[in-house]
Amino acid sequence: MKAITRRTFLRAGGLATAAVVLDTAAPRVTLGQAPIKVGFPVPLTGPYGAEAADQQAAATLAVEEINGRGGVLGRKVELLVRDDQLKPGVGAQRTKELLENEKVDFVIGGLSAAVQMAINEQTKKAKVIYVSISQSNEITARPDWSPYTFHEAINPFITSHVVGSWAIQNLGKRIYVLYADYAFGQQLRDGIKLVAEKSGATVLGADPHPLGATDYSALFPRVQAAKPDVLVLANFGKDQLNSVKQAASFGLKSQMKLVCPVFLGTMRREGGPTVFDGVYGGTTFYWEIGEKIPTAKRFADAFRKKYDRPPYDYAGYAYSGTRLLLEAVQRAKTTEADKVIAALEGHTYDYYKGKQWIRKCDHQSFQDVYVLKSKKDQKAEHDIFDVVGRVEASEKFERSCKDLGHA
Amino acid sequence: MPFDAATLLSQLFTGLVLGTIYVLLALGLSLIFGLLTVVNFSHGSFYMLGAYLGFFVLGFTKNFWIALVVAPLLLGLLGLLTERWLVRPLYGRSIDDPLLLTFGLSLVLVEAARLVWGKMGLTFDPPAALAGAVNLGFTYFPAYRLFVIAATAVVVVALWLFLERTTLGLVIRAGTRDALIVRALGINLNLVWLLVFGIGCALAGLAGVLAAPMRGVYPEMGVTIVIESFVVVVVGGMGSLLGAIVAGLLIGEVVSLTTFFAPKMADIVVFLVMAVVLLVRPSGFFGEAGLME
Repeated sequence: MKAITRRTFLRAGGLATAAVVLDTAAPRVTLGQAPIKVGFPVPLTGPYGAEAADQQAAATLAVEEINGRGGVLGRKVELLVRDDQLKPGVGAQRTKELLENEKVDFVIGGLSAAVQMAINEQTKKAKVIYVSISQSNEITARPDWSPYTFHEAINPFITSHVVGSWAIQNLGKRIYVLYADYAFGQQLRDGIKLVAEKSGATVLGADPHPLGATDYSALFPRVQAAKPDVLVLANFGKDQLNSVKQAASFGLKSQMKLVCPVFLGTMRREGGPTVFDGVYGGTTFYWEIGEKIPTAKRFADAFRKKYDRPPYDYAGYAYSGTRLLLEAVQRAKTTEADKVIAALEGHTYDYYKGKQWIRKCDHQSFQDVYVLKSKKDQKAEHDIFDVVGRVEASEKFERSCKDLGHA
Repeated sequence: MPFDAATLLSQLFTGLVLGTIYVLLALGLSLIFGLLTVVNFSHGSFYMLGAYLGFFVLGFTKNFWIALVVAPLLLGLLGLLTERWLVRPLYGRSIDDPLLLTFGLSLVLVEAARLVWGKMGLTFDPPAALAGAVNLGFTYFPAYRLFVIAATAVVVVALWLFLERTTLGLVIRAGTRDALIVRALGINLNLVWLLVFGIGCALAGLAGVLAAPMRGVYPEMGVTIVIESFVVVVVGGMGSLLGAIVAGLLIGEVVSLTTFFAPKMADIVVFLVMAVVLLVRPSGFFGEAGLME
């Protein structure tokens, strides 16, 4: 090993000092101050990969926009993306590494009702603010909820009420449910059963399939024998594409209407107009609403400019969730969790789709929900849905603060 | 649950298609294990690569039938290379070494597929001639799935004729029985092993291309199915081709019928079957006792 001589030591020290002096002279974003680090665990690999990629793209866009305006509190924002592989164990591990090794200031992410609980466990322990950007009923309810937990996405309860009631009113009262056998699918199943009960509809059957199942054909004869008006496919990602595609190939679409409670633009685009013809579903964002809402147009244009494709609903959650958090830090003038929480609670905002607000008791974001129908004569690659219904944001579709265990 | 003969019959048909993919995968696994005593954990990745290469050839030629032939041939070639340069140096060592090697290879191949084709997967449409559904009298069944049944039947018969009626088939069967004696007769078994490994991988590739229009194409598509296929091989008897066929179809039907009568159980029934079979017949339906020792 080469020994460090006094001369080289002095030279290096001098350079370092010069660098610091020069840096402090630079405007706003300074090297002297460490960046604000945001951990971002999402399932980049596995059946939800397409939606996770959209989340990553949109969060990156939000961070770039914010850094372009000089960062937050004069500090640069850094997004640390990690692959949670859609596994709760891996999600917990990645989050732990982000918290302990990277010392992240905040965590945003999660694309599974199961994995986000694992992420939340870690952030809760570390008293770090976590903004969940995918659906879950439990995340806003005690005992899982914590003051550090925020939920930018809607949840299966709201989804099944809005989409379920619409389907029962417009498509028929005899319902069959196929659901992905984990928290998200199970919560949607329960929600739809509840809505059916309230509105005099019948759930003829509800059968599970494993998360990431590739073949759905064995489930179909049971469904066909029950002769429902509506088949609800309570799943997500590749599972949605495969189940719709196979249901179509078995001729189910001529016997019943198909409804995907969370209807994914990513999967609809991949499957094409013929496979998805006549399929209905719900969403929180479709780029076409930009024709009426200026912020939606601005977001869709900015995303399209950067990535050459429009953003879909999960991109929206990630974009909005990232801005929601970072702009709260700016308002709070500190990264200190308690003050940022105070800046978030009850906050009303409009980043990409019209008015939203954070309910104080459970940190749930309330927002408009849309009902979609797959478009048959699509004119462009991303012209894939007709918006057939809009349900305005309202706390009446969600459980009350008391129901969720908040005093 | 209201059901009738027609519903049950369509349930059996769906099970048959599930079974055919297991049969094709298990045949390759069993062939390789029977002769080489290599537990090929990269089989699922070869299945996945078959689907991707099928997609690639389809995009290139716009012809599904060419893709159906060319992709398995490419996979066979890859199998030859794998045997010659990766597996062969490990012969004579414990059975774990090639197992670990092929397991590592499978991880590499999945990651390579993500790098080359992306993490999101691709959509593979059935050929236009097989796009619709056929009225079987009791139900509408996708024409493509009927084709998969027929194609598997053809492959199984062809493989049987090859093993039973050709000289090379005779050597392979003899090699499975007693490699030492075959060597003593002056036959170059290295070449036979190479070929068998290639055939096994080509079968996995064929299964991948056949499954792609039904299930889509994505890097992790082989991860779960290879485990289920191992179950099929164990149930059928390690190294037994007849066992692979019988157990493959049986598992397909068991999964399908369980889905009908008790959907919650469908996920674990495969392993229940294995546990029961191993308790009653430790070497599987048609396996020779002591092969694994």
